Amino acid sequence: MSERGQKLPSDVRVGVYVCHCGVNIAAVVDVRQVAQLARGLPGVVVARDYNYMCSDPGQELIRQDIRDYALNRIVVASCSPHLHEETFRHAAAAGGLNPYLVHMVNIREHVSWVHPDRERATEKACELVRAAVRRVVWHEPLEQARVSIHPDVLVVGGGIAGIHAALTLANAGKRVYLVERQPSIGGHMAMFDKTFPTLDCAACILTPKMSAVQAHPNITLWTLAEVTRVEGYVGNYEVEITRWPRYVREDLCSGCLKCIEACVYKDARFPDEFNLGLSKRKPIYLPFPQAVPQVPVIDPATCIQFKSGKCKKTCVEACGERGAIDLQAVPKVERVRVGSVILATGFQTFDPRRMPEYGYGIYPNVYTSLEVERLVNASGPTGGEIVLRDGRRPQSVGIIHCVGSRDRRHNPWCSRVCCMYSLKLAHLIRERTGAEVFNFYIDMRTPGKGFEEFYQRLLEEGVHFIRGRVAGVSDWALDPSEEGKLVLRVEDTLLGIVRRIPVDMVVLAVGLEPRSDAEELRRLFRVSCSAEGFFLERHPKLAPVSTFAEGVFVAGCCQGPKDIPDTVAQAGAAAAEALALIDRGSIEQEPNTAYVLADHCSACRTCVSLCPYSAISIVGGDGRPHAEINPALCKGCGTCVAACPSGSIRQHLFEDEQIVAEIEGILAGVAGG
Amino acid sequence: MKPKVAFYWCASCGGCEEAVLDLGEDVLPVLEAVEIVFWPVALDWKREDVEALPDGSLAAAFINGAIRTSEQEEMVRLLRRKAQLVFAVGACAQLGGIPGLANLFDREEILEQVYVRVPSVVNPEGIKPSCRWSDGGRQLELPEFWEGVRTLAQVVEVDYALPGCPPTPALLADAVQRLLNGTLPERGSVLAPDHALCQDCPRQASKPDSLVVREFKRPHQAWIDPERCMLAQGFLCLGPATRSGCGARCIHGNMPCTGCFGPTGRVRDFGAKALSGLASIVASQDEKELENIFRGIPDPAGTFYRYSLPSLIGSRKAQS
Repeated sequence: MSERGQKLPSDVRVGVYVCHCGVNIAAVVDVRQVAQLARGLPGVVVARDYNYMCSDPGQELIRQDIRDYALNRIVVASCSPHLHEETFRHAAAAGGLNPYLVHMVNIREHVSWVHPDRERATEKACELVRAAVRRVVWHEPLEQARVSIHPDVLVVGGGIAGIHAALTLANAGKRVYLVERQPSIGGHMAMFDKTFPTLDCAACILTPKMSAVQAHPNITLWTLAEVTRVEGYVGNYEVEITRWPRYVREDLCSGCLKCIEACVYKDARFPDEFNLGLSKRKPIYLPFPQAVPQVPVIDPATCIQFKSGKCKKTCVEACGERGAIDLQAVPKVERVRVGSVILATGFQTFDPRRMPEYGYGIYPNVYTSLEVERLVNASGPTGGEIVLRDGRRPQSVGIIHCVGSRDRRHNPWCSRVCCMYSLKLAHLIRERTGAEVFNFYIDMRTPGKGFEEFYQRLLEEGVHFIRGRVAGVSDWALDPSEEGKLVLRVEDTLLGIVRRIPVDMVVLAVGLEPRSDAEELRRLFRVSCSAEGFFLERHPKLAPVSTFAEGVFVAGCCQGPKDIPDTVAQAGAAAAEALALIDRGSIEQEPNTAYVLADHCSACRTCVSLCPYSAISIVGGDGRPHAEINPALCKGCGTCVAACPSGSIRQHLFEDEQIVAEIEGILAGVAGG
Repeated sequence: MKPKVAFYWCASCGGCEEAVLDLGEDVLPVLEAVEIVFWPVALDWKREDVEALPDGSLAAAFINGAIRTSEQEEMVRLLRRKAQLVFAVGACAQLGGIPGLANLFDREEILEQVYVRVPSVVNPEGIKPSCRWSDGGRQLELPEFWEGVRTLAQVVEVDYALPGCPPTPALLADAVQRLLNGTLPERGSVLAPDHALCQDCPRQASKPDSLVVREFKRPHQAWIDPERCMLAQGFLCLGPATRSGCGARCIHGNMPCTGCFGPTGRVRDFGAKALSGLASIVASQDEKELENIFRGIPDPAGTFYRYSLPSLIGSRKAQS
């Protein structure tokens, strides 16, 4: 019935340890008084305060007291359990106590760092300690479960991050599935001409790696493929990958490209996606000359055969006996089992149509930086010639920095690469055309290796730098010098005047943002996203490539904007984390899982669809059906525990008795004892 | 000597007394086995007669109804003194029941509504009941109308609870049988199974594994398929949250469970748990859509706390 006062188990011997954390806690909380209070609580045998509980002597204190006082429960009042729960559990285990008989109270982040008043902060710390002592009494010994780690790895995304991670793993002898949505791997890096600040040719350093992926016996490469379903848990993910048809069989195609020549369309007519529409392609095409795999792809949206079924199929004819063209191909579903996953799905650039004041899509000679990357690229639509849409060479070019970035109306973050790529483009444009180049910047951000030097070089090359956010771009001429030009209006904040700068070409240095479908991927892999939509790392400093889904790692711009060196470094780190996981062979799982009281469960099924990890099923169908939770899948989120209408699902470390005791402990102070 | 028992009712509708009569001829062996010394609804015994009994001389007192007035409180305290065992019979005694919904209003609001505001009341002077009234030199005394409704256990110690609105005759007969042959469980028990109704529901097999709700219908608004799970059809059924033991009587009558058997032994707050479970299976993430779906439950307090409002500590609008 409703009055169920909780009886105190009789044989508990609690040790309480209050940490000073140097002055972090002790400056605000009277730690001696907290220990004093703890000494008087029922069940407490020993209570101490100590300068640094996490230090070796601090941990030794716990170990020694467990032996000397036969302690069987430990409360540590210190920092966040995120930081040191493991530490104190280990200390207890070393003293011969089950580690789950330890409970931590956070009197630093929750008390000393947020409350200025010493007396009231001390009072709060006391209440939290009282609650913890009452709670820990109800703790029970728990055992960790072990799960084995499948050695294969899935890498999602075939840009430089995915390529580097896949190669690192494959070279270490691990089997890798590399899944890429586009018809070729290479990602954004394949679109660039040169890379900053060294001006290496992007293709020269990327394409060998792309070929290596293709040739590597340990890598299974699937292009035109997407992950459509993920089940399982760390060490044992089952992933479903849908491979969209290329209509040209990779196993039979020799890469002769005769089919493209033979297409009934004699001229290329359709916007070429790889060149951002700056050139045309046929319905059957190779995305770009160095594409991997070197196999053409048919676009069913433009191919006559797919649209009307009445094509002469000259491509099939040209392929001849090889028979690589398969117009009947259907999507194929692959299912693979992997132990870990690396997400390297990259970014999308900011769409400048969202800032109509810059005239993108209105004035033909306003380009995005990515389009200019293609224009300066030797294999691009103009063969590396920087020309305007009417074929003229620009005499003057304005590059607007921070388009969509550092802007509260759009993306508040700095995209990190725009300053540097703008300098690179400025250099290339000046080198190739001799045009006068103006950079419009808010702040120059050049904090990488060799970056500042590159900036200095540009200053010496005679590129103009104007500090100010451009207000707008228009073709409205106020005097004859502006006639036929695009005019940038900007407040030059160094001169303190508003200027009008007429140019032939405007380049918008668009920022980097999360892919619009990142949320879908986030849900599939059950990782978290930060507020801006990039995949969230487990810890910004100490676990930068891990996620909150164990065994899922992130690399490259899907985690946040970064340049190529950082991306490659991160991809290597993600591969190393995956390798570490694989070579451990198995991992322990936290026992804070939910469990069903099978005798009490009525199989009402409220919980089944709720579980974000698909850990719950109904079993015992013929006899007495009830819910069952797979502990290997359960992450201890507690959703089912809260939802179970008959209170028949409980959770280790969050048992009703523990929570109620904790609440009673907090309220005991309010109620006056 | 036959064991002596007493029956008493407090704030209730009388349905629990009917349940005794619903035993039909099965009541006869009960009457053979026990001596009923106090049963105001059936026998003409007075309070003085109970007071005259030695303390602890009754084997058991079966008390139904919640506690609202001073008279009810005095009587149950008296019966507690005289009886070795006190049984809280029915939802009102156990959890507060339907009369307990009065706790949504304070005493003054209730008196004002009933004696002044109700359109059919003609009371130009606004006279409201009071404990003492004198008329022509005669003194009239009425019991005090307390500030709120309490469960029996909030007033006296209760040994066993028989849930239900009303408890089924079978549960009642079983309780008396156990009393007679000394097989009652641990004191404090609820004399009904400790799992939810779904387990014993005749429609259990029709439940989809992934139970989701997209709208809430009330029984008068649509035809109810007599074979399929009520929730799967969108009818608000509290079976998942409600203790079993009723024999799924409402379900057999093609009506959804309203929760009269109260929570299982593992749940403290029936309404919160029922609501939390139900809200979890509503298939929408959209704020507006959710608002629309929950419009299908026009009276949430009366739906989820229909039988158990006073059992919540602090539920009374004005604490007495």
